[in-house]
Amino acid sequence: MATKYTNTGNKDTRSGFGAGLLEAGKKNPDIVALTADLAGSVKMDAFAKAFPERFIQCGIAEANMIGTAAGLAITGKIAFAGSFAEFVTGRVYDQIRQEVAYGKTNVKIASSHAGITLGEDGATHQTMEDIALMRALPNMVVINPCDYNQCKAATLAIAEYEGPVYLRYGRPSMPNFTPEDQVFEIGKAICMNEGKDVTIFATGHLVWEAIGAAEILEAEGISAEVIDIATIKPLDEEAVIASARKTGTVVCAEEHNMCGGLGELISGVLAANEPTPVEFINGGDKFGQTGTPAQLLKAYGMDAENIAAAARKAISRKK
Amino acid sequence: MANLTELQKISTQVRRDILRMVTNAKSGHPGGSMSSADFLTALYFGVMKHNPETWTRSGKGIDAFILSAGHLTPVYYSILARSGYFPVSELSTFRFFGSRLQGHPCIEKGLPGIFQTSGSLGQGLSAAIGMALGKKLDKDENLVYVMLGDGECEEGQVWEAAMFAVHHKVDNIIAMVDWNGQQIDGKIDDVAGVGDLEAKWKVFGWETIVADGHDFEAILEAYKAAKEATGKGKPVMILFRSDMGHGVDFMAGTCEWHGKAPSAELCEKALAQLEETLGDF
Repeated sequence: MATKYTNTGNKDTRSGFGAGLLEAGKKNPDIVALTADLAGSVKMDAFAKAFPERFIQCGIAEANMIGTAAGLAITGKIAFAGSFAEFVTGRVYDQIRQEVAYGKTNVKIASSHAGITLGEDGATHQTMEDIALMRALPNMVVINPCDYNQCKAATLAIAEYEGPVYLRYGRPSMPNFTPEDQVFEIGKAICMNEGKDVTIFATGHLVWEAIGAAEILEAEGISAEVIDIATIKPLDEEAVIASARKTGTVVCAEEHNMCGGLGELISGVLAANEPTPVEFINGGDKFGQTGTPAQLLKAYGMDAENIAAAARKAISRKK
Repeated sequence: MANLTELQKISTQVRRDILRMVTNAKSGHPGGSMSSADFLTALYFGVMKHNPETWTRSGKGIDAFILSAGHLTPVYYSILARSGYFPVSELSTFRFFGSRLQGHPCIEKGLPGIFQTSGSLGQGLSAAIGMALGKKLDKDENLVYVMLGDGECEEGQVWEAAMFAVHHKVDNIIAMVDWNGQQIDGKIDDVAGVGDLEAKWKVFGWETIVADGHDFEAILEAYKAAKEATGKGKPVMILFRSDMGHGVDFMAGTCEWHGKAPSAELCEKALAQLEETLGDF
C-alpha cells in the first residue's frame, strides 16, 4: 500500500534553505553568509537583515567569494557561500577543490537554482553536472533535499557538521510533503514508501515524482519502494543494498546529467555488492532549455509517468 | 626580533636550505624562493607576531601568513623550520613520499605553521581577506599577511579580491608581491605583461609601498610603514622589487631556475657562494 503524502502547499526548496540559515544564525554567532550579488535569489536576505555584520556581499566575483569563505572558516567561522548552482560549482571548481575540499575548511556551498527545474533561464543556468563535480571531491559531503521542510532541516544539520558540504536546492515552488519537525541525519537514506516489487531511489525534486510513480504503479498492483537519497555523499550503502536485495530491481531518478550522478553511484555500489538490474531517470547527456519546470520534467522524461514506465521495465528485467 | 646582521645570517642559511632541498628532491622551485627569501625572513624573524609553540590554524591572537604563490615551499618550509615550527632535519624529506613537506602547502599532512593549502595560483589573497574579516568579527587586532608572485597577478581572481578588500575596508591585511619580473615561460613583460603593478594597486585603492626586497633596512622600513598604514580603512600592499634566483650568480635574474633543481655539482657551486651560518639540515 503506497504511503499517502500530503502536499501541505507548494514551496521552493531555496526558501527552506533561507529559513534554516536564519534559524542556524540565531543559534550560532559563528555562522556567516556570503553571496555573489544574489542575496534575494538564494534566500540569504532574511539572514542579511537579521545579522548584517555577519553577511558579506561579494559582488559578481564567485572565485573570490569561495576563497574569502575559506579564510573566514579558518578563523573558526561557519561560512555559507551561496549563488546559482552553476556559479558555485563549475565556475569555481578549482577554488572549491583547493580552498574548501583539500583545505578542509568549514565551508557550506549553498547551491540554489540547481537542475533543469530552474526553468525559463535556460541551459546556461540549469546545471545538471554539479553532483558529478562535487561528488568527485574528497572530503566533500553532498546533500540534495527533496522539499522545503527537508531543505530547512538539512541546512540546520550542516551548520552543526564540521567540514565542507555541498547543499543543492532549487528555484521553483514544488510540493512540500515531508514533516515540518524532522531532524535531518547526514548520510541516512529515508524510506518514503515500503514496497516489494521494485525500488525507486530518488533525490531532490524527483522524490515527489517517485511517490507519484508509486501511486500509479499501486493502481496496477505493483508495490514500489521509494527511497529518498537526500545525502548523495556519503551514500547510505547499507540501505541501498538492503532495498535492492529485497525488491530485486531498481530505478534511479535524479534531475542531473547521466554522467556521475546518483544512477552511476548506486549502480557502482550494487555492482560490487548486490548485482541488480537498474533503470535510469535523468537528463541524459544533454543540456537543458527554456521552459516551465513541469514542461521540462516531462520533456526530459523525469516525471512520475516516466518513472513508473522505468519501474515496469526494471521489473521485466528481473531474472 | 632579529637585528639586521642576524636577519642576513638567517636568510643566507635559508638560501642554502632552499638549494639543498630542491637538489635533494631533484625538483622544486628555487628561483622565486630565493627572490623572496629576504623579505620573508624579515617577516618571520623581525615583524610578525607568532609563536610556534602555541600555534593553531585558526590564528587566534597571532598574526597569520598565507603563501599564495604556493610553489615557493622551499623558502616557506625553511623559514618555518628555522622559526621552530618543526625540526630543521625534516627539511630533508621535502617532496618525498609520505612527507609532511608536500610539494605545495597542505593541511592534510598536519605540518604546523600552515594556515591554508595553495598551489593553484591567484587564490591566497581571497583566503587571507577571509581570515582578516574573521579577525575583525572576533575583535582580534592582529594582522594577516599574504604573499603573491608577480606572475600570479595575471590571475583574474587577484583583482576580484583587490576590489573586494577595498570595498569592504579590509584594513588589517598586508599583502606582498615578489616583483621579480619573471615567470616560468620567461620575462613577465614577454609572456603576458602585468604592467605597472604600483600604479595598478594604487588605482584599485590599496595603500601601496614599493621597497627593495633584498635590502633588510629597506624591508624593515617598508613593513613598519605598512603596519602604520593598517587600521585606516584601506588594505595595504608592499611590492618588493627583487631578483629571481638572488644570491647565486649563475641563477640570478633569469627564469631558468624558476622550477628546476640544480645538479649536485651545480648545487655545490652555488653553496660555495653562501656561507653556512646556522648549520645545514
